[in-house]
Amino acid sequence: MSVVPISYYLVLSAVLFGLGVVAFVFKRNIITIFMSIELMLNAVNLAFVAFARAHNQLDGLVFVFFVIVVAAAEAAVGLAIVITIAQNRRSLNVEKVDLLKF
Amino acid sequence: MSIPFILFFVFALVAVGGAIMLIVAREPIHSALSLVLVMVALAALYLLLGAEFISAVQVIVYAGAVMVLFVFVIMLLNAGIEERTNYSQMAKYAGLPLAILLLFSLAHWMAHSAIGATVANGAGAPNQAAVSTRELSSMLFQKYLFPFEATSILILIAILGALVLAKRPE
Repeated sequence: MSVVPISYYLVLSAVLFGLGVVAFVFKRNIITIFMSIELMLNAVNLAFVAFARAHNQLDGLVFVFFVIVVAAAEAAVGLAIVITIAQNRRSLNVEKVDLLKF
Repeated sequence: MSIPFILFFVFALVAVGGAIMLIVAREPIHSALSLVLVMVALAALYLLLGAEFISAVQVIVYAGAVMVLFVFVIMLLNAGIEERTNYSQMAKYAGLPLAILLLFSLAHWMAHSAIGATVANGAGAPNQAAVSTRELSSMLFQKYLFPFEATSILILIAILGALVLAKRPE
């Protein structure tokens, strides 16, 4: 049984990360921008798992576990911030949040 | 073309398609559902890599808890179609090529770097999935015990922060 080379997974991870960056830059809705951050974290997780598999070491999987936990905490706090912004600004458009803009 | 290759390409296509849907969709709820698609496809790829615990955690925590939180907030705030703002011309003519350049250079670097090449050659190791979860848990609670405990404090802080932030101002 042939095994899929690790580089395939790494290329997929890079493509997903690139799409996440594109979504982060192009989207205007603050919730969608949050989702693109999650997409980038997922892409990095895929690279972690692929490297852990390649080196036959489980440390990478432990790091994926921590990344998932931190992402969950980040989503909870981030969405609370989103709710606060939506209540104050009556809009989810990031261009309306410009108090700190020079 | 063996079965792992076919499975890899199917789930890779689903993941990339979901990511593109996330960018293209105008409604935030459509973006959220396509992100769920990406996460489930990634969980299948983790299974293919022999990481069944991570795969289960991905489905339960990411596709379950985190995305339910996202969908809940989208519903709560009644987020409609994204307002289209006038993009600056620079974003159109410089941003898109730069984004594609970043994507391809990342893919190129990862595929052709020294670590990628050596790893790709030595990657035919047999599947050790049967013991993986047990070893993972013993590593988590011995070698990485302190980070594990620190993470629990982080979650506590996150809960408190979310409560304080989401509290309705008096």
